[in-house]
Amino acid sequence: MKSSVIIFPGSNCDRDMDVALNKYGFKNQMVWHNDQFIPKSDLIVLPGGFSYGDYLRCGSIASKSKIIKSVVDFANSGGLVLGICNGFQILTETGLLPGILLQNKYLNFICKNVFVKVKDKKNKYFKNLKKDILELHIAHNEGNFFCTQQELKALEDNNQIAITYCDSDGLENNENNPNGAIKNIAGIFNKNKNVLGMMPHPERMIDNYLSGEDGSLFFENLLGNLR
Amino acid sequence: MEVNETVAIEHGLKKEEFSKICNLLKRTPNITEIAIFSAMWNEHCSYKSSRKHLKKHHTKGIQVIQGPGENAGVVDIEDDDAIVFKIESHNHPSFIEPYQGAATGVGGIMRDVFTMGARPIANLNSIHFGSPQHKKTKNLLRGVVKGIGGYGNCIGVPTIGGQTSFDESYNGNILVNAMTLGLVNKNKIFYSKATGLNKPVIYVGSKTGRDGIHGASMASATFDDKIEEKKPTVQVGDPFTEKLLLEACLELMADNSIIAIQDMGAAGLTSSSVEMASKGNLGIELNLSKVPCREEKMSPYEIMLSESQERMLIVLENGKEDHAKKIFDKWNLDFAVIGKTTNSKNIELIFDDIKVAEIPINLLAENAPVYDRKWKKTKLPQKIKFNKDNFKSLSLSDCLKKILSNPNISEKKWIWDQYDHTVMGNTVQKPGGDAGVVRVHGTKKAIAATVDSSASYCFSHPLTGGKQVVCESWRNLISVGAKPIAITNCLNFGNPEKEKNMGEFVECVEGIAEACKFLEFPAVSGNVSFYNETKDKGIKPTPTIGGVGLIKNYENMITMDFKNSGNIVYVIGKTEGHLDQSIFAKDILNEKKGPPPSINLFNEKNIGETILDLIVKKLLISCHDISKGGILTAVSKMCIKGKKGLKINSIKGLTNKYEYFFGEDQARYIVEISKDNIQKVVEILNKNSIHFDDFGVIQDKNLTFNGDINLPIEELADAHKYWLKEYMDN
Repeated sequence: MKSSVIIFPGSNCDRDMDVALNKYGFKNQMVWHNDQFIPKSDLIVLPGGFSYGDYLRCGSIASKSKIIKSVVDFANSGGLVLGICNGFQILTETGLLPGILLQNKYLNFICKNVFVKVKDKKNKYFKNLKKDILELHIAHNEGNFFCTQQELKALEDNNQIAITYCDSDGLENNENNPNGAIKNIAGIFNKNKNVLGMMPHPERMIDNYLSGEDGSLFFENLLGNLR
Repeated sequence: MEVNETVAIEHGLKKEEFSKICNLLKRTPNITEIAIFSAMWNEHCSYKSSRKHLKKHHTKGIQVIQGPGENAGVVDIEDDDAIVFKIESHNHPSFIEPYQGAATGVGGIMRDVFTMGARPIANLNSIHFGSPQHKKTKNLLRGVVKGIGGYGNCIGVPTIGGQTSFDESYNGNILVNAMTLGLVNKNKIFYSKATGLNKPVIYVGSKTGRDGIHGASMASATFDDKIEEKKPTVQVGDPFTEKLLLEACLELMADNSIIAIQDMGAAGLTSSSVEMASKGNLGIELNLSKVPCREEKMSPYEIMLSESQERMLIVLENGKEDHAKKIFDKWNLDFAVIGKTTNSKNIELIFDDIKVAEIPINLLAENAPVYDRKWKKTKLPQKIKFNKDNFKSLSLSDCLKKILSNPNISEKKWIWDQYDHTVMGNTVQKPGGDAGVVRVHGTKKAIAATVDSSASYCFSHPLTGGKQVVCESWRNLISVGAKPIAITNCLNFGNPEKEKNMGEFVECVEGIAEACKFLEFPAVSGNVSFYNETKDKGIKPTPTIGGVGLIKNYENMITMDFKNSGNIVYVIGKTEGHLDQSIFAKDILNEKKGPPPSINLFNEKNIGETILDLIVKKLLISCHDISKGGILTAVSKMCIKGKKGLKINSIKGLTNKYEYFFGEDQARYIVEISKDNIQKVVEILNKNSIHFDDFGVIQDKNLTFNGDINLPIEELADAHKYWLKEYMDN
């Protein structure tokens, strides 16, 4: 399976993602933002970081970069596009995903482990996943997902909510919502569920000497579903 | 503008210094030249008060590749890998403008590290604020933490550790010390020494603006009522550009294009060009009209003094200009050939085709003034005689909870949650332990790092305090299973023109040097920050030590949280019950006098090496050094982190339980051992003649001691975890 990680100026989780993808058997390649075409891929990843400094709004400049048209075309033709953290922000700015990521409710950057509940398994990302609750890691200043009531209804009706913040038993409430996201949303799909944007970083949880190993489950499972 | 004595004094130079300049030049300097002298001769750049004493530092060791004198120190960690590291202060600007001051402190120290060809792999910081009740403290703390996070998080380098303290001596002068570690191939290290004639001098990075002008001079003076007016001397950081600069520099460093490279830090273009030429014993000619400027009509004076961030000066091999330009174009950074190396041994500045300054380099560097300032020794204070009545009305449990929630002891999660500490995917020990640990990417090795200081010990007796901080750094590294390699230090002091302050500096340095030598723990880099004084009130002497250690296999690293009920807990090292200068004495008994605990370097080394041996042999399950707050504070933290209780044994020959539990004697550790390994551990301790107490047994829920203590771990955790958050939220 081939994957491509797009590097924008200011991306800083590109190497981490490359390590994770290679570790679980993807043949990963790095693609520069100023390129026009993406090599043949089964998965495109927009990594975390601060693309173009995140000046203006997070992800907005990246959504106008040269490479992005190829990403959108790929997504529209059904290809898998995964956006993590800044990648999620970019996906909302391109319009591939609805809503927007506002500044965290308590106005501080947050770096810590969180639990998320997998809300939908009828998709390539989470199908066959052995667990329903994953321990992942967040590190962001703008992760407070927000959308209109109409958009939220559509997300709910089409089962587009991918993961929500919860506690270790799966309870979703304010206390377990680290950034104020509407309905505790940590990640969403597009309508066809080939595009996934999420704030947590599975690539930082790929061995037990790091923050944990639930990221490994995510990547192994994803690769299995693609084979 | 004509230059005279008044103008020189306005630039921070002394009367005598101005006449020395005129004598050396054999003429009166023009305004650009006086600016250059003031930038090079101020305390911050010239180390004129400290240089004599800094020579006392112990800087040698087989592991040392580069000691003090370069952008950062370099140590060997085997297999061609080396660690580049340094700590630096950004105290003055952070007090004036906390966000930008702290942010650019982080940016500056990272540039020092990647200038040498190393990819930064970890950041740490040591930050000190005034009393929590002081009206400025909360905003300064909030701004500094946001600034550090804002910069480090954006670059994508994890902040893996730090230290925060509160003391009223910092009310008018906070301290912000930032440390960076980078990883480099030891055969690909870049230095700042220019060599060769007619080599192109290249300017890369951000454009030059009017920010930070006189920054280095501002940092070389005390504060008064008008500090608000100094805001324009604080630089403004752009971490995004720094990230691009980092990647572009590392890309250019992959081949042999660069002869020398130096970041533009304090005193910007002036200091970087003079230092490179001075080290190579060359001259340098710069055409200032070619410097990329952010603002219109910048004068040579402004260009030379600007401290705009994210800029580098490079001496390139001839013919590599196009190759280098391509890389900087790719990263959207400015690139300009602004001059060349010459054999004149002068710095020559051209602007609009006119020579605007010409100064022999040696007058700026070697001929800069060196002062042998007067200093006063600090006598060891008399030991306080605490009498029994002092302890009568106390309860161990109440004292413990009070100490755990003391601003200087309580958990600092509110801070480190705001720092990305996991990016780069190698953080194997996060903030909150004895040391932060990151893996060396793609290997089994890991690097441990810690920052420490003990201002009240140093204030009470600088010589002992200096030794103690080095020992504490050493212990923190040992406690995670790392072999201590070397230190960097940031020496924060008051006004060197005052004998008392100068004495504190001299004796702290002597203490540091003595401990470093004995422990074979050399100092390879550092920085001095004097004039941390406002309206005649100086800070407590605060040398900050950044320690670095190597773990050969990260799977052998250990942490401080108690692991398994039934395991045995030992206190290693002898407890005499030294309460003077302890948190207990200050917080519970309201006694601030007395000497700090004494340091026995032989014991420190013997016990430390033995603990490390036990960890490498996998005989210890958890380990924590005993520092501020004594034994009971240390075990409580281990209980809280591990969510385990502890049954403390009756202690033989105990005369005063408060002295035993809260005394701050040095060279002690608490360790967790499984029952099966007790015999082996005892044999090794006995063989090395090390005293230990069979302290207790890990149990499920409570911390208990005879009838005196019976506290659920949740109650301890509540006392320990929330002080800072509640303080900041209110």
